[in-house]
Order: sequence, then C-alpha cells, then structure tokens
Amino acid sequence: MRITADREVCCAAGQCALIAPDLFDQSDEDGSVVLLDAQPDTGRLDVLREVVSRCPTGAIRLQEEPGA
Amino acid sequence: MSYQGGTPGWLITRHTEAKELLTHKSFSARQEGIISPVPTELAYDGPADPGAFAKTDDPVHSKYRKLVTGFFTVRRTRQLAPMIERIVHEQLDDLEKAGPGADLVEVFAESVPSRVMCEMIGVPESERKSLQRHVETLGRLSSTVPEALAAVSGMSGFLTRFVPSRMDDPRDDILGDLIRGGQLTEQELMGMTATLITGAFDTTGNMLAMGVYALLEHPDQLAKLQEDPELMGAAVEELLRFLTISHLGASRWALEDVEFAGQTIKKGEVVTVALPAVNRDPERYENPDQLDIGRTDHGHLGLGHGVHQCLGQHLARTILRVGYEALFDRFPTLRLAVPSDEIQMREDFVHYGPSALPVTWDD
Repeated sequence: MRITADREVCCAAGQCALIAPDLFDQSDEDGSVVLLDAQPDTGRLDVLREVVSRCPTGAIRLQEEPGA
Repeated sequence: MSYQGGTPGWLITRHTEAKELLTHKSFSARQEGIISPVPTELAYDGPADPGAFAKTDDPVHSKYRKLVTGFFTVRRTRQLAPMIERIVHEQLDDLEKAGPGADLVEVFAESVPSRVMCEMIGVPESERKSLQRHVETLGRLSSTVPEALAAVSGMSGFLTRFVPSRMDDPRDDILGDLIRGGQLTEQELMGMTATLITGAFDTTGNMLAMGVYALLEHPDQLAKLQEDPELMGAAVEELLRFLTISHLGASRWALEDVEFAGQTIKKGEVVTVALPAVNRDPERYENPDQLDIGRTDHGHLGLGHGVHQCLGQHLARTILRVGYEALFDRFPTLRLAVPSDEIQMREDFVHYGPSALPVTWDD
C-alpha cells in the first residue's frame, strides 16, 4: 500500500493532518500537505480511505496492493 | 427551481453530487455569476474586490489563499489555544457579572471569535464592535440597499485607516506577515483583511451559540459530553454536521453547458448545494436527524468542500472546543432562561443561529 500527496493540488485544508496526524503534517509556510510515511502499515487502510474521501481537492491518493 | 427574478437555478440535496459539484472544473465561485437562491435586495454582480479571494476561482483564488494558509494549519491553530482560552474566560467573567438572564449570544458567542480574529490580524479592540455590526448588516438578507451601502462604507472606512497605518508599522501578526511578504498592493491587503474578518466573525459566532442551544435541547448528549470530555472533538464535528449554520450555500455557476447528475445545466445557471440537506442525507448518514455526539462518521460538508473549503476551519474547531469546554465547566447547571420556543432564530441571515440566547444557572 502506497500513498502519494500532490502539493500542487493541495489547498491546505488540513483534513489529512486532522484525521491521521502520524501520517500527514502541514508545512508552516503555506499549510500544504507533508507526507510523513508513504508506506504505512496495512492496518491503517480504513483511516487512509477516510483521508482520501475527505481531502477536498483529491491531492491524496492511495494505491492499495493488488488483492488487499 | 426558480431563483430570484425568475432565473432558473438548481438545488443539490445529496452528499455525493454535492462533493462532485464543489470540485467540478466547469463551475465557478466568482461573485459576478452567483444569484441568491432566496430573495434579497443585496446583489453583488461585479467581480470581487482585489484580495477578496473567497469569491474568485483559481489561479487568482489560490494565489491569495496560499499567502495565509500557513496561519490556519491544524498545528498552528491549536497553538492558539492559550490565547483563545484567555478570551473565552474573559467573556465568561462578563457572563457571570451580567448574571442569570444574560444573553449568551452577545456576551459570549459573538464576542469570542471576533476578538480572536482581531488579535490575529492586529485590529484594535475599539474597532471590534462596529466591525461586527457591519459584518452583521452585510450577512442579513433583509438589509436594505442603503443599510448595506452604509456597512460597506463603514468597512472600507476602517480598512483605509487601518491597513495603510500597518503598512507603515507592520506588527507580528497575519497582516504584518502579508505586508512584509511584499507581494500585495494596498488594495489587495484591504481585500484580504476584509475576507478574514467577514469569514471569521459571524460563522463561528453562530456555531458557538447554536451548539450551546443544541446541547441544552439534548440534555442526554450534554450529559454524555460532561461525563467524558474526550468526546469533545467528535461532538464538535457532529454539531457542525447537525447544525450546518451555512444554511443557504454553497453556490456555483456553470461556465459552460454541462451534463451534471443526469441534467443539462446551461452556461450561467446557478447550482446551490443545500448544505443542511446534504449533511442529513439518509443515503450517507444513519439516523441523520439525530444529534449523536458518539457518531464516528465525520465526513460532513458543514465547512464546504473543494478548493474553497473553509480556510479557518481548524481555528473554528479550536474556538468551539475551548468555548464549549470552558462554558459548561464554569456553568455546569447552564440552562435557557426562557422557554425554548421563545428563542428567535436569525432566519434572514446567510448564517443561521439564535438572535439571542438568554441563559441562567445555579450559583
């Protein structure tokens, strides 16, 4: 499972840092997403799906392993 | 449905379509195309003022928004908790002094967020109440054109005194940072300052008041919260969903003819996302009309969606959390001082909330 975060698309709404502060942070400069862990434990799948669904600009993407 | 003046318009009441619309590239948030779904004499049909980024599209919108987003991150806004606590407790001192029967809206709910934002942009305390009146007039749909023009002129009078004086003497606050960044003209700085003020005052104020009212009307939920303060984060999200004080928005207009949700929306037609309906969409939420602070599904649209999602949302969360916590901690027996059905609601405002909330408590 792999996460990507597109800082260009990000509008700094901070949903990711609110929902999963161990995986995402926001830059002090413009609040854009900072990915802390691109390959988290598969146990976080539900949380990550919530992050993806709540990201208001679709900046966060999740690639689940085949069959996962 | 028919919008003001007979113009055809559309209303979205489902969660899925709401998210889709608010991220759709063929729909614009630019002020010049937005028509109110409800009657009002106030129509702003020209382009937004420079720096008033809420009513623009990208790339103009993101150019301005990015200059201030760093101040509104989850971390930065939580760091403001001590300042917010101080202001909250000062207002609660005033509530105590005013005694039982005092109006919680005036003494607490509308004072706290406006004082917080004034501190963040360095607005002198002496200006706060008149700014609050101007924001209120501009947010009241039943304001007459002369009343609105007087409010606009009051706002711009303040901005033309305040912004240039800070340009000569930038302080350590958001406005000072924007001035030192050197990227904005005086006009743009004024537009940004006005956007931050209007975005912060009425919104959080109504949420504070409505949240207290809702909790007092749902004593089981309030008792649950008082027993387990850990529930506060979830309670704030549920109140944002359940109350959805932005009851007339959000609106967008079609930049071209577009097929959307099985309909053809013609260029120029306005689509309004009925946020309160969307936040109670039975396809999305179990028992949507029930206030349940134990709810774990927090994917509401009370703060919008897409690139315009509320810039100050984490500041609002911190103010609401600190505010509710301190209020019920200091006044554990807080209750309405009048029968609930005597509470007047501000139905003719862009943001919904009680116009006054007389409260009482045991000493």
